[in-house]
Amino acid sequence: MAKVKVQTAWLDSCAGCHMSFLDLDEALIGLADKLEFGASPITDFKHFTPCDVGILEGSISNSHDEEVAKELRANCKILLVLGDCACFGGINNMRNLFTTPDIMARYYATESTTKGSVAPTSIELPGLTKVRPVNQVVKVDCYVPGCPPTASTILYALSELLNGRIPILPGEIMRFD
Amino acid sequence: MGNKIVIEPVSRVEGHGKVTVYLNDHGHVDKAHLHITQVRGFEKFCEGRLFNEMLAITPRICGICPVSHHLASAKACDAILGVKLTPTAEMLRRLIQYSQYVQSHALHFFYLACPDLLFGMESDPATRNIIGVISAQPELAKKGVFLRSFGQKIIEYLGEKRVHPNAAIPGGMNKALGTAERDFIASQIDQVIADSLLAVNIVKDFINKNKALADGFASFDSNYMGLVDANNHIEYYDGKLRLKDKTGIVLEDKFDPKDYLNYIEEKVEDWSYLKFPYYKKFGYPAGMYRVGPLGRFNAAEGCSTPLANREFQEARKMSKTGILQGSLYYHLARMIEMLNAAELIKALMQNDQICGKDIWVNGSIVNEEGVGVIEAPRGTLIHHYKVDKSGKIQKVNLIVATGHNNLAMNRAVFEVAREYIKDGKVTEGILNRIEVAIRCYDPCFSCSTHALGHMPLELSVHEADGTVREILSQ
Repeated sequence: MAKVKVQTAWLDSCAGCHMSFLDLDEALIGLADKLEFGASPITDFKHFTPCDVGILEGSISNSHDEEVAKELRANCKILLVLGDCACFGGINNMRNLFTTPDIMARYYATESTTKGSVAPTSIELPGLTKVRPVNQVVKVDCYVPGCPPTASTILYALSELLNGRIPILPGEIMRFD
Repeated sequence: MGNKIVIEPVSRVEGHGKVTVYLNDHGHVDKAHLHITQVRGFEKFCEGRLFNEMLAITPRICGICPVSHHLASAKACDAILGVKLTPTAEMLRRLIQYSQYVQSHALHFFYLACPDLLFGMESDPATRNIIGVISAQPELAKKGVFLRSFGQKIIEYLGEKRVHPNAAIPGGMNKALGTAERDFIASQIDQVIADSLLAVNIVKDFINKNKALADGFASFDSNYMGLVDANNHIEYYDGKLRLKDKTGIVLEDKFDPKDYLNYIEEKVEDWSYLKFPYYKKFGYPAGMYRVGPLGRFNAAEGCSTPLANREFQEARKMSKTGILQGSLYYHLARMIEMLNAAELIKALMQNDQICGKDIWVNGSIVNEEGVGVIEAPRGTLIHHYKVDKSGKIQKVNLIVATGHNNLAMNRAVFEVAREYIKDGKVTEGILNRIEVAIRCYDPCFSCSTHALGHMPLELSVHEADGTVREILSQ
């Protein structure tokens, strides 16, 4: 059987969902026979190519996140969003209670920062946008919430996908913390 | 006319960023910048929250070392309450801290960095990853999985979850350790120590076979900082901060970390969102210092456990001054620490107080300010909160491990670019060499910008007027 090709990316997030995937431990070794990884933070493939499943962790919080989400969507048949940040915006939503200038002003004027510093303005740096869940930017096919989802929840979702079904999480493994 | 080379992004590190290399008229490297391209804003958006919520909010900065933020936050909150922990509570805090060292260092070495050492820096990118390690050396991969899983299981025992656990609370811990759990940990620990020793030996073999590379690769003068105990041994949870210079002279012998503002300042550069901390007395950028495994190794005089100390003292002899400055030595220091953490866990399991039930002391807000400092796996982590009388957060300041290393990582990138890019010629192999240099620091840009992301590496050569001459990518 041909391997299912998976590509993943993390946007505005903590990497905890990818870490939870790695918490599959020994099951990871079994999955290596069924899954093939393209571009992902855990491989050295740098660019998305056409694949079966795309997985996104994190919210859309700047222009770069938006580009990555669109690029992965264009390259995958099924897009799965992993974790509360990708599903709902998560903890990053707290930023929406403040304006970007307020956020920047505090970070560049903390007690340990050189007095009189101003926020960087280089064109090399993408500007912040409002924090949004992934489905505000691209079409999402399935949702796996949790902060992070447990390894067994992720395994359930991947197993369903490997069996040709869009995963719908049973109540007992659907959680939001 | 000068050229500009842009590398974006970098993989098997934990963050969002890109590298720009500027060439001079002769095609040689003039300067190099590692840009950190994200800001998350925890310093602002935590304002107005109750201080005890910080233990749940700040771990979301980083899913790789959430325990670091959880514990630094707990210590800052302890200081606000002015409480002293019970012996069992402190032992449990140390247990979860050492467990995180095992899982985080195992993750970095086995899952992210070892493909470069096992297969070579310029090997086929298709197999230069954890899946490649599983296929080529399944027994070794299983050991990596076992070590990480061991650390994560203890974190789960104490905090109900492996990532973002709820273990510590202001004044103590949420849950005692059961005797069955203690017995399980005790039954595994000798294997964990043996496998950690094996990992130390893999790195030692690599260094012995590639001594010139280890001494020369991304090697440069800097100062070093880390927490030490009263005997100047590496300390992870508490202790005092110690700073040494490039030759090993002690600059600051054990200052109280709560006074960090007297010693550390952060400079802002227009080309990176991440600030640049430096040692105030030496000014900027001469005050560059390194933290993390090599920072702690160079700032301390030994380890508190026998096997790790033996490796520590042996490693020290690898240079005349006892200071190791090549970035690849980070891997050796990191594996020695994993061994140290495993031995420390074993010692805790031999003390019956570890299963004690007296794990929390009550307190009320007595200080309007609290500083919590620990050594995260990647380096010194500072949480500093100011609260009002009701406990609402007024101000938050965070300085994280990868932030401290910002100047050093930029320097490492510059050194490698300068050594390998000649006459304006860049090859694909150079891309991964630059990544290898960054990867030594195990940077966690999620922590540093309080953001994190994927950095595949792309290198483009720009003319001075900004037009792209060529793009190389893996």
